[in-house]
Amino acid sequence: MTRDKTSDESAADRRGFMTKLLAVVCGGLATLPPVLAGVWMFLDPLRRRGAAATFLPVTDLASVPDDGIPRQFAVVADRVDAWTGFAAEPIGAVYLRREKGSDTVEALSATCPHAGCFVEMESQERCFRCPCHNSKFTLDGGMVAPSPSPRAMDGLECQVAKNGEIAVKWQNFYTGIAEKVARP
Amino acid sequence: MKPQHQHDQKQMPQRPVGSLGVLGQLADFLDDRTGYRALMHEALYERVPGGARWRYVWGSTLVFAFMTQVITGLVLWSSYSASAQTAWESVYYIQHEMTGGWLLRGIHHVMAQAMVVLLALHLMQVVIDGAYRAPREVNFWLGLVLMMLVLGMALTGYLLPWDQKGYWATRVATNLAGLVPLVGPSLQQIVVGGPDYGHQTVTRFFAIHAGFLPATLVLMLVVHLSLFRKHGLCAKQPITRPDAMFWPDQVLKDAVAMLAVMAVVLGVILMPAVRAMLEGRPIVPGELGAELGAPADPSQPYAAARPEWYFLFLFQFLKVFEGWGASGEFFGAIVVPGLVMTAMFLMPILGRWQLGHRFNVAFTFALLAGIGLLTAMATNEDYAALWADRSSFADVEKLLEETENDKAKIAAHFGNDVAKIAAFEVRAKKLERIRHSQSFLDAVAMAKADASRSIELAGRPERIPSAGMLELIRNDALSQGPKLFAQHCASCHAHVDPAAPEAEAVLAKASAANLHGFGTAAWMRGLLDPKQVAGPAYFGNTAHKEDDMVNFVQNDLTDADTWKPDDIEAVIAAMAAEAGLAAAGTAPAVIEKGRGLVADGDRCGSCHTFRDNGVAAGSAPDITGWGSREWLVGIIVDPTHERFYGDSNDRMPSFGKAGEGSAPILTGRQIGLIADWLRGDWYRPAGH
Repeated sequence: MTRDKTSDESAADRRGFMTKLLAVVCGGLATLPPVLAGVWMFLDPLRRRGAAATFLPVTDLASVPDDGIPRQFAVVADRVDAWTGFAAEPIGAVYLRREKGSDTVEALSATCPHAGCFVEMESQERCFRCPCHNSKFTLDGGMVAPSPSPRAMDGLECQVAKNGEIAVKWQNFYTGIAEKVARP
Repeated sequence: MKPQHQHDQKQMPQRPVGSLGVLGQLADFLDDRTGYRALMHEALYERVPGGARWRYVWGSTLVFAFMTQVITGLVLWSSYSASAQTAWESVYYIQHEMTGGWLLRGIHHVMAQAMVVLLALHLMQVVIDGAYRAPREVNFWLGLVLMMLVLGMALTGYLLPWDQKGYWATRVATNLAGLVPLVGPSLQQIVVGGPDYGHQTVTRFFAIHAGFLPATLVLMLVVHLSLFRKHGLCAKQPITRPDAMFWPDQVLKDAVAMLAVMAVVLGVILMPAVRAMLEGRPIVPGELGAELGAPADPSQPYAAARPEWYFLFLFQFLKVFEGWGASGEFFGAIVVPGLVMTAMFLMPILGRWQLGHRFNVAFTFALLAGIGLLTAMATNEDYAALWADRSSFADVEKLLEETENDKAKIAAHFGNDVAKIAAFEVRAKKLERIRHSQSFLDAVAMAKADASRSIELAGRPERIPSAGMLELIRNDALSQGPKLFAQHCASCHAHVDPAAPEAEAVLAKASAANLHGFGTAAWMRGLLDPKQVAGPAYFGNTAHKEDDMVNFVQNDLTDADTWKPDDIEAVIAAMAAEAGLAAAGTAPAVIEKGRGLVADGDRCGSCHTFRDNGVAAGSAPDITGWGSREWLVGIIVDPTHERFYGDSNDRMPSFGKAGEGSAPILTGRQIGLIADWLRGDWYRPAGH
């Protein structure tokens, strides 16, 4: 009697366990498609890449006086934002600077290497200053210690064509680290 | 010793130490501080009188469906952009470019429809089992409110893609809301966000769809569920089986039902993919799941406008009151649905009596049957042409055309035989219905073509302009050309492939040249064919029927001594080259030879100006650059210009020339679109 009852009970237990397991499995399976589809779509940005770094025409030599003072220029390029295509739109800014009598142009990214704010030029103090956390840089982009910025302003490759047209290799760099590493 | 300590003892009962793993300890830690075990116990160990049953699953499947909508809706939200300029564009991006976007949107779209079906099933189960009776009246009323909230979300969600379908359906729905007495017009203006449909309509509908309604629904659902728990499950009578616990017996049945719902939803989404696979067609994920029509355009008619299928009965119901004018719409869209909802709200009161309960059940069934019938009628009206045999009405069609539907003439035809006339009229009515249905089906086909063209254009490497998709579509020759041609050119000109089966019938009705393939070698070959030049595809139906050109083609060109077949082919090649539409691989030498022949003062150049052959304008159209965009635009702007037909222009209006005190018939942009379309000059995706 006792033996039989025990086996009955364990059979009921097994049945109960199977029911619970099945309920959890079915419920889980039913919930899976929306969750997986949601995660799948939500992670879509991970497979997007920015435009490849290319030389973009910015201005010409005559527009950059050879007085060692940086001048700000807009970088204009075609830009795609998700579904919208913008033709010839300002996509950022660079500082261009030329030493007295030199035909070599130095280009600095206007993006602060600390946290990515727009670095402004203080013409009176003859320096660059970031309005966000007061990072300060010399006119050639060098660090002025103490500074929250971990590195000097990011220089950009710059080409001057024979006709005087200046092109800058437009790139973004990771901020907040001591090394200058280009974003993909 | 200390009361505080004793209290702690009570809250945290002693447990055997060391017998639990890390997980067990963590669970204890949580339970001590949240009491989740008691909560879980409370939630799961509800007594189900008479044991678990399949008929109790509908409420749970509805909660499951709602949760699915919340999950998919939130992720859709993360990529949706609510404005009249970006809504369509962002939905396009989700559907066609984001990974898994088609699946997520598909689940959201199909589950919304499943929810409406589940609502009907839940309501039926509650009414049949009399679960609305005391003390559950309030919960029944809450259920009805929840139902209206779900229908409201379905209605508002339909607009959000801002495509033609959603736009026109919403215009109708909001106009109907404007019929509500006193507050109607203000209500409409508030919902629409102003006097016109635009940015504010999208942002408002989005806020209502994803904010107001779901938030209210969650609140109501919490009360609905807690009241359900308070009263316990209303068991199916008589109870013949032992009670069971909600967990796991009923939960298993609920979970199986949820899985079945999800399987059906996925099945609906993936069915076209399976069909494509079986037929060996490529599977395009963007075409699966929810449709995306062409972007909303208030300036384009949309004859394919229909509400979502579960509102089709209301759409059909309004037709019953067609002859009533505005009061009919008010009656059909406001009064009757209002009365039905009132009757449903009164069900718990009526259900106190056995007879009343029977009435409620009968009412519910009658309502569902009526909805089913109206839906079937609407479907039949729209799709009748699919299954009706129109050719069996050929005699009716013929007679109607011959008699111009003149009652007296029809009566005369049947020798005034009343029975025959009556039989004819019945068949004529049937034919009318088939014609109606056919024009709806044509509109649907047109809407599909517009939609896929929009999607093709949106995928261009230049992407969508910042003004939005509508600007792109409005400047697209392939989608605008046929519409402009139909409106302004087709009353005289045909545009039909001469090889098509319907070509003969179409050409017979035209009174000017067939412009299909204008500018190509094939078109020119037909013009220079003595058998065709005076036929309906060229000058046959025009004032130029017996002019010099026809005479030249029929008499001079047939003289094999002056015109060798190679010469004519060279002229054809040269003319196609003028249009910039010469077939690939045409030898430049042939074109050069053809140009010489065309310019020749003894041949085409005896009348036509061509390049620098020195023939004065006026005797015949200047064919320099014939068929090019510039040439086509020129002739559409003003065929009476001396460069073209001058005084001998037949009937063609000067579409681009302003009349006295009136603007030109067509804008320069429109004329350019017609020219581009005729020349087959439009964007084609790579690989096509």
